[in-house]
Amino acid sequence: MTRQLLMNNVYLTYIPSEKFKTSFLSAQMAAPLEKETAGRNALLVNVLNRGTVRCPDMAAIGRELDMLYGARLEPTVRKKGENQLFGFVASCVDDRFLPKGEKLLEKLTDLLGEFYCNPITRGGRLLEEYVESERENLADLIRSDINDKRSYAARRLLEEMCAGERYGIGRMGSAGDVEKISLQKLNSYYCDILPKGRLELFYCGSAPEKRVAGAFTRAFAALPRKGVLEPADTVRRPARDPFQVVVDEMDVSQGKLCIGYRTDSEDVPATMLMNAMFGGTSNSKLFLNVREKLSLCYYAGSAYHRLKGLITVSSGIEFANYDRAVEEISRQLEALQRGEWEDWELMGARESLLSSLRTMEDAPSSLEDFVVGQAVAGSDETIPGLIAALQTVTEERIQEAARAVRPDTIYFLKGKEAQA
Amino acid sequence: MSATEYPRLGEKVFRRRLNNGLEVVVVNKPFHAKRYAFFAVRYGGMDLRFRLDGQWQDTPAGIAHYLEHKMFDTEEGNALQELAKNGAHDNAFTSNAITAYYVECTEKFYENLRILLSFVSVPWFTQESVDKEQGIIAQEIRMIEDDPDWRVYANLMDCLYRSSPVRIPVAGSVESIRQITPQTLYDCHKAFYTPSNMVLVCVGDMDPDRVAAEAEAILPREGGPAIDRDYGEEESLAPAERERSMNMEVSMPMFLAGYKCRPQSGGEDLLRQSIIGDLACDVLFGDSSPLYTRLYEEGVINGSLGGNFDMLPGVAYIYVGGDAKDPHRVFEEINRQAKKLGEEGIDEAFYQQIRRASYGGMIRSLNSFENIAVSMAEGYFRGFDYYRFPEIFDAVTKADVEAFLRENVTPERAALSIIQAAAGCRDRSLAEGQ
Repeated sequence: MTRQLLMNNVYLTYIPSEKFKTSFLSAQMAAPLEKETAGRNALLVNVLNRGTVRCPDMAAIGRELDMLYGARLEPTVRKKGENQLFGFVASCVDDRFLPKGEKLLEKLTDLLGEFYCNPITRGGRLLEEYVESERENLADLIRSDINDKRSYAARRLLEEMCAGERYGIGRMGSAGDVEKISLQKLNSYYCDILPKGRLELFYCGSAPEKRVAGAFTRAFAALPRKGVLEPADTVRRPARDPFQVVVDEMDVSQGKLCIGYRTDSEDVPATMLMNAMFGGTSNSKLFLNVREKLSLCYYAGSAYHRLKGLITVSSGIEFANYDRAVEEISRQLEALQRGEWEDWELMGARESLLSSLRTMEDAPSSLEDFVVGQAVAGSDETIPGLIAALQTVTEERIQEAARAVRPDTIYFLKGKEAQA
Repeated sequence: MSATEYPRLGEKVFRRRLNNGLEVVVVNKPFHAKRYAFFAVRYGGMDLRFRLDGQWQDTPAGIAHYLEHKMFDTEEGNALQELAKNGAHDNAFTSNAITAYYVECTEKFYENLRILLSFVSVPWFTQESVDKEQGIIAQEIRMIEDDPDWRVYANLMDCLYRSSPVRIPVAGSVESIRQITPQTLYDCHKAFYTPSNMVLVCVGDMDPDRVAAEAEAILPREGGPAIDRDYGEEESLAPAERERSMNMEVSMPMFLAGYKCRPQSGGEDLLRQSIIGDLACDVLFGDSSPLYTRLYEEGVINGSLGGNFDMLPGVAYIYVGGDAKDPHRVFEEINRQAKKLGEEGIDEAFYQQIRRASYGGMIRSLNSFENIAVSMAEGYFRGFDYYRFPEIFDAVTKADVEAFLRENVTPERAALSIIQAAAGCRDRSLAEGQ
């Protein structure tokens, strides 16, 4: 793997590999997550996705991609710590598997470059009809997170827990803010962000590095470069004392319980292990006790948001089991804080994390997500480095990490007129 | 083991049928750290009525899925924990036609494989553990009942079919699973979990002979008798009900339209039919189709519109749906476009474009070990070699796709399922947006 500066504030990460059927490419801009701009960034990539000077509408783009043997080029918007990553990921069948040995890479990077640098315009502005239709679609998409109650509850927890912090802002901004973005505003925003946004390019596939660097350089030759917008440092805060409880009501048959914790521990590998034992695997304390032993739920798990220093627990329960579930989840955390675990729990957690890290090398999209995330966080941690660090974490460090975890917010989504 | 090379796919596959009837398939994947074992039974949510030892048996809805949950229990404890100790990631699923258990790991592959083979082939149920599972599965059922994507599909199946068990949800209902006892689970395991009704597909960098040897050492020496399954009477191709609508907490109406297609019995024709059906879907409503791009530009649909062609035992159907403010309008547009394509034919240049994209998509899907394993297992159970798709694909013509659209995608074959946004839901989302 190599990472090189291709042009001013534009970096290319290159990973050679011949084991995949496809080549994977990505071009991502990074900016601090702000209420003002989160919706604009999300809307911008969706508008740029609608047409370029050469391929002015969906049918033309669709034809271009279909003729590249079903190549894919999709807008993406991600949250990495307190930064937003927005741009496009693309992939195409590797040259080796094409019936006539065609070369697709340059055609795909060209289109990627056009999305950024040569969008279709009228009178020097992005097309009004594209902005209007994508604005409506994006607002609808943000609202549709209510359809999946599990992710809706997870989002509501972060919104309440991190109110006033960047981390509480939705990945794509809020529907209300998106609806207020005018053509004029988006257009001037595009002109402002394009020259100064950090651009992270990524390639994983069988083409040699020189060819890849050449293809990207050509495709992004027209990218203006002026000024620099640096990604933000992610800020950690102490947990609320006492913790807060937030309850929403909705017409649902299953309750969703989410608990958010904060940690001030800087020991990332130890916290990763502690979280894996707590609720990170099907062998974890939450899974074995809340689900298997007490039959309180179908799922109960936890996630470690390592850039921000949060741990969130998510579970689907009967409304009436709220108290028992909260109590049991707390009891499992307390056990970790007292250092109570069997050897097999720690061994399983460690092996599971190691295995996940090793298999990342088998999926270009996971590699991209890791590499670009690290670049934005300004971290030089590598996958082999993390693997080595996890292998040397002691039991004392894990207990220490568990002791640094404090509850901040409990969120419960319950049925209407249900007793909880 | 016998090896087959597939030069157009850059793949090499080893196969052997053991004496007990188990098919062992190893898809060789050098340079990958991940190793994957997929152990599947030809037994799913649709197999509710079957004949064992000459007797027809009716079993409760959701039994195959319940059995899947309980198979992880072993006399010593739980196989999940055994595998987790080795850092292996494992899971299982029950679909309409198959139940599958799989393990993914980087280290200790053969040890994990032995655990997998052994917990799936040795049942261990107690009254206590079966009772306890009621609570977990009931919560799983509650969870999917709140999922509008699942609801819209379940209602569509109920509209399309009269007697086929495809209309019964795979997980059953909170009521139906109450009838399940340790004895029903033992009976179903005995009937279906026999080596001759199963396939083991392993994907990754491994020794094929060792895989076969492990399976031989652990599984029973004998296969099992063939099982007769009853999927109901052959159905007319007209839907049982034209339309059904339901209110849920969603932000925008959601719909799924279905078209009943003539089922195929099996063999390579099935693979051919599946390629034709997929091409028909891409031509009719795929992302780059004239219908999709026009409706998107007119604001009638958003990026969520999509669908596919599905083939299950005794049934086949096209489904297409997504979020739309006016589901009836989209449904009518799809019907009109299908009629037009059937009558006027598909534009030759557009057909070539879709053909390329579709072939690329099939190659792309081979990046996923899980896709490979599922396709191999389904192909084996239904009598074809999935990796022969490039050759089959070459032989499909534009006329085949046109004929398929003409015959199957008509209003007479169709049903429409809609989820309407419950009153108040949209207001709440608006308030949150501020």
